Amino acid sequence: MKATRILKRLPLHLLIITLAVIWLAPSLGLLVSSFRPRQDLLSSGWWTALVTPSYWSKFTLANYREVLTQQGMGRAFLNSFIITVPTTLLTLAIAALAAYALAWMNFRGRQFLLMMVIGLIVIPLQMTLIPVLRMFNVLKLSGSFPGIWLAHAGYGLPLMIYLLRNFFGALPRELFESAFIDGATPFRAFVKLVLPLSVPVLASAGIFQFLWVWNDLLVALVYLGGFEEVAPLTLKLSLLVGSRGQDWHLLTAAAFISMIVPMIVFLSLQRYFVRGILAGAVKG
Amino acid sequence: MNMGRAHWLYLAPALLLLGVFLVYPSVETIRLSFYGPRSDTFVGFQNYIQAFTSRPMLIAFRNNLLWLVVFTLFTVGMGLVLAVLLDRVRYEAIIKSVIFLPMAISYVAAGVIWRFVYAFRPVVAPQIGLLNAIVVALGGQPVGWLIERPWINNLALIAVGVWVWTGFCMVVLSAAYKGIPKEMQEAARIDGANEWQVFRHVTIPFLKSTLAVVTTTMIVFVLKVFDIVYMMTNGAYDTDVIANRMYNEMFQFNNYGLASAIAVVLFLAIIPFLVINIRRFRTQEAVR
Repeated sequence: MKATRILKRLPLHLLIITLAVIWLAPSLGLLVSSFRPRQDLLSSGWWTALVTPSYWSKFTLANYREVLTQQGMGRAFLNSFIITVPTTLLTLAIAALAAYALAWMNFRGRQFLLMMVIGLIVIPLQMTLIPVLRMFNVLKLSGSFPGIWLAHAGYGLPLMIYLLRNFFGALPRELFESAFIDGATPFRAFVKLVLPLSVPVLASAGIFQFLWVWNDLLVALVYLGGFEEVAPLTLKLSLLVGSRGQDWHLLTAAAFISMIVPMIVFLSLQRYFVRGILAGAVKG
Repeated sequence: MNMGRAHWLYLAPALLLLGVFLVYPSVETIRLSFYGPRSDTFVGFQNYIQAFTSRPMLIAFRNNLLWLVVFTLFTVGMGLVLAVLLDRVRYEAIIKSVIFLPMAISYVAAGVIWRFVYAFRPVVAPQIGLLNAIVVALGGQPVGWLIERPWINNLALIAVGVWVWTGFCMVVLSAAYKGIPKEMQEAARIDGANEWQVFRHVTIPFLKSTLAVVTTTMIVFVLKVFDIVYMMTNGAYDTDVIANRMYNEMFQFNNYGLASAIAVVLFLAIIPFLVINIRRFRTQEAVR
């Protein structure tokens, strides 16, 4: 009885595992290849190295050493942090303030502002690139960190305000009423009540923005392109593909370096990430 | 709640940034789309005529349409199938993580990963790309996956997008699937429905609104798709898409008028989905 049940479910398991293997194989190939010397990489497929235990002693970190020190990925790694961390904090702070006002303060035009924010979520960035770039050139902000912090904050705000406002708006009204009876100011209620209660949604929104900015290419390309000393990992990697397109030993190591941080963030905070996606499955 | 006029203090930083980086530039881009390459001479609708008639743009439109159909069908379809199937196995969590993981990776890195999968070498050399190694092992000739136009290379690019986004669809649909009361499916089975009928007449109707959300999200992504194409082919061999054309008109050819017009075309294509989002929000608000 049990055996027939397992046999009946065999196609299901096979299908699922096949799909999982298809999804994993490309990344696995990248990882394995990044540890192989150039010559080996070009003379046999990565899968042969993987299934030949006698080969494993030849795996080396030399590719990583080269891209980090000679190809500038070390500097780019640092730049990615300098770009991503302040941007995320800035966007969170500004969005939280606005979301608080939109959720709990009565004023004329509130509904209109909300509609505008939701509309702006799907605006293609392409609509903004040329005027902002011109503005940056006049203000000497292109190729600078403050310029890209502000630009990313502006682009990230609509979705973040939307996520935070939905969460803030669902907090119970009595909470505020009792706080105000005790003499709290609106700002005090925001800092002492709203923010501590909203840690989960702040985490979701923060992770969203962190991954979005870390993985962004277009914004960096337009506002930081041509300034190699401030280029983040994505930009540096795309330049490397252009200049060393067939040097797979370098490209694989460089690509993996660019993936480490988002993968750690993702795997350790997956719960919050999923929650964020479910709350705001609208951004493109 | 009445809190005086303080609300403008809370809103000011956000409104300033939204105004400077989204609202003003969008309006300015619309204006620029009626001007020449250097934005100094008024040209009327000439940029739009070019945007709708030049060969590179027509190819980009065709490709975006191909993306729209194939990408949306596969991401939503496979996401749905995975959501339903994974609910029936005990190792659901780990497989979900595997499928979802590409969401965390940049398109640039995904581009490198897949360029390597698609790597193409002459028959005499050992194939180091996984896909061609499989083709050769099965007795075939190595294929230039990113070169063979017009179908193979475009589908090869779309596959990268599917690899990245299926996890998103799966996660959203799976959450909704788990919200279906199990009694409903059980009742249908007791009434003699087979698994397909349960899926077709209980599961799908229940998931309808979630499917709509996921599908619109995929379409909005597809219209703006840029990084994957820029990284893997930069539009060569007839693989260009609208967003990449806009970028190249802007940076390679410095034609700011045409680039702006292309951006506006992209924006017009997205407006229906903008309206859908606002409508959905309004009904949500009415329910609250």
